[in-house]
Amino acid sequence: MPPAIAIAGLTKRYDAGANSVLAVNEIDLEVAEGELFGLLGPNGAGKSTTIGICTTRVMPTAGRVRVAEIDVVADPPRARAEMGVVTQFRALDRSLTCWENLYYHARYFGMGAAAARARAGELLEQFRLADRARTLPDRLSGGMAQRLQIARAVCHRPRVLFLDEPTAGLDPQSRIAVWDLVRELRAGGMTVLLTTHYIEEAERLCDRVAIIDHGRILICDTPAQLKRQAGAGVVMHLRVARAAPELAERLRALAGVSGVEPIEQGFRVFAADRDGLAPAAAAAAQDFGLEDIALAEPSLETVFIRLTGRELRE
Amino acid sequence: MTPAARPLPKPAPQHPRARALAAFWGLVLRDTRVLRRELVPFVVRTVMNPLFFVFIFTDVMPKIGQGFAATGTNANFATVLVPGLVAIAVLFQGIMAVTLPLSIELSGTHEIEDRLMAPLPVSWVAFEKIFFSVFQCILAAIVVFPMVYFIPATPVYVHVANGWLLAVVIVLSGVASGALGLALGTIVKPQQISLIFAVLLTPIIFLGCVYYPWALLAPVRWLQVLSLANPLVYVSEGLRMALTPRVPHMPAWAFLSALVISAAGFSAWGIAGFKKRVGS
Repeated sequence: MPPAIAIAGLTKRYDAGANSVLAVNEIDLEVAEGELFGLLGPNGAGKSTTIGICTTRVMPTAGRVRVAEIDVVADPPRARAEMGVVTQFRALDRSLTCWENLYYHARYFGMGAAAARARAGELLEQFRLADRARTLPDRLSGGMAQRLQIARAVCHRPRVLFLDEPTAGLDPQSRIAVWDLVRELRAGGMTVLLTTHYIEEAERLCDRVAIIDHGRILICDTPAQLKRQAGAGVVMHLRVARAAPELAERLRALAGVSGVEPIEQGFRVFAADRDGLAPAAAAAAQDFGLEDIALAEPSLETVFIRLTGRELRE
Repeated sequence: MTPAARPLPKPAPQHPRARALAAFWGLVLRDTRVLRRELVPFVVRTVMNPLFFVFIFTDVMPKIGQGFAATGTNANFATVLVPGLVAIAVLFQGIMAVTLPLSIELSGTHEIEDRLMAPLPVSWVAFEKIFFSVFQCILAAIVVFPMVYFIPATPVYVHVANGWLLAVVIVLSGVASGALGLALGTIVKPQQISLIFAVLLTPIIFLGCVYYPWALLAPVRWLQVLSLANPLVYVSEGLRMALTPRVPHMPAWAFLSALVISAAGFSAWGIAGFKKRVGS
């Protein structure tokens, strides 16, 4: 089966006078039919530009994107018919009620009046907004507004759903509600591409994750496989009074240690397993004013740090 | 399985034009809904200015002996005003209907995103705005006409000899003003709107041959020539011929060709500006 989303050699350069910015730099990516795929990266990594191109809203400088086998540059209206989009902006139509937001969206996609009416009612029930049918979007909470946006995006039963930072700015409860909805849509066979800068979202929600930074995909795999590839069974944060280079040397020499990186007031140590690691590190750091040792299981954050030397939220 | 997650029956492939036309019709329905919801503000906005203008200048002023005598014509001031005030309503409505909402949608709320994601070319989304503004212009003309006809104390001579001419003038004027509204909406920020109205619309209205026929400007030759750059002049003169043919007016070929050129020019400018603004 051909991929639901196929991105090849995608590049976007923004020219702003003398300084041009390479927002997306030769990205290749394939998302299978029915897959829930995550683009994980810090703000400004190129995630939104990539989604913008996939959804026909941004013109690429080079490369090719096919969504549901349709070239998004060659035939944008046809590509739009196959996709649902939730942008980063809370972009509901504020002149229309919740029900009307869904109804008129269905009409844009060619549904007749009766079908559109039925679909709008069905979605309000499904997304637990039935009691808000006549409410204007300005009166909705952030979580409700986001649910309505997702309802609207899937209203015309698209094959592919794009979600740009779907839970940014939501409270934890609303975030979990959005996750449940996305899982449900995926269970129904919809292909989903989402962007996020939340580690947890990528790790818990997605079948596969691509880590993106400075417009490039650094690595792409299942969350479990990515963590394995990080080459670390455990991550240790060591805080000391004097973070001297000699200490880094000593830590690097410890059994099982695969990497040492300086952090504020100490070092981050990647090791194969935790057995005996903390005592050995404590002994090594004795002369440097040991303050704190913390061990953690690796997460996608670890993977990101290993690949870029930076924390995701820096 | 829940309704939203139900597997999708693959719809039959649609012809691109049929799909785009369906989407275009959806946009028209949406705008109709919004207009119906805002019908009272729409009418109030359209009515207030001409209502008081006609009341003071053609009812009160003649009664207190301060009436204007439109010398050089065989028509009184009230008759001269009929096409003029309808012309203002058409132009103003076309611009208001498009510029204000578009400017807001483009610079903050991103409300237009959903319509841009509809399965039709982006230029059609822009064209729909012009298309729909024509309806609002016609509506504005219908709302204003009875006031300028019935309120004046002095008799008003209206004679529609050619209904087609009236229809063509109003539609062309609607396209021209809606398209000008589109162009302005793509370049003006919401906070600059009142400034634009002051700087641009005030001279357009006062120099738009609303209060006098263009032919009577002959003694002020430079203004008569300069006025030819004002699109409202052609709307006023066209309506003058269509509604009050006894008042001096431009020949039909002159205002019709000027209106066609304005409509085409502003549409090209507005649609290009819209595409530039929403794309990258």
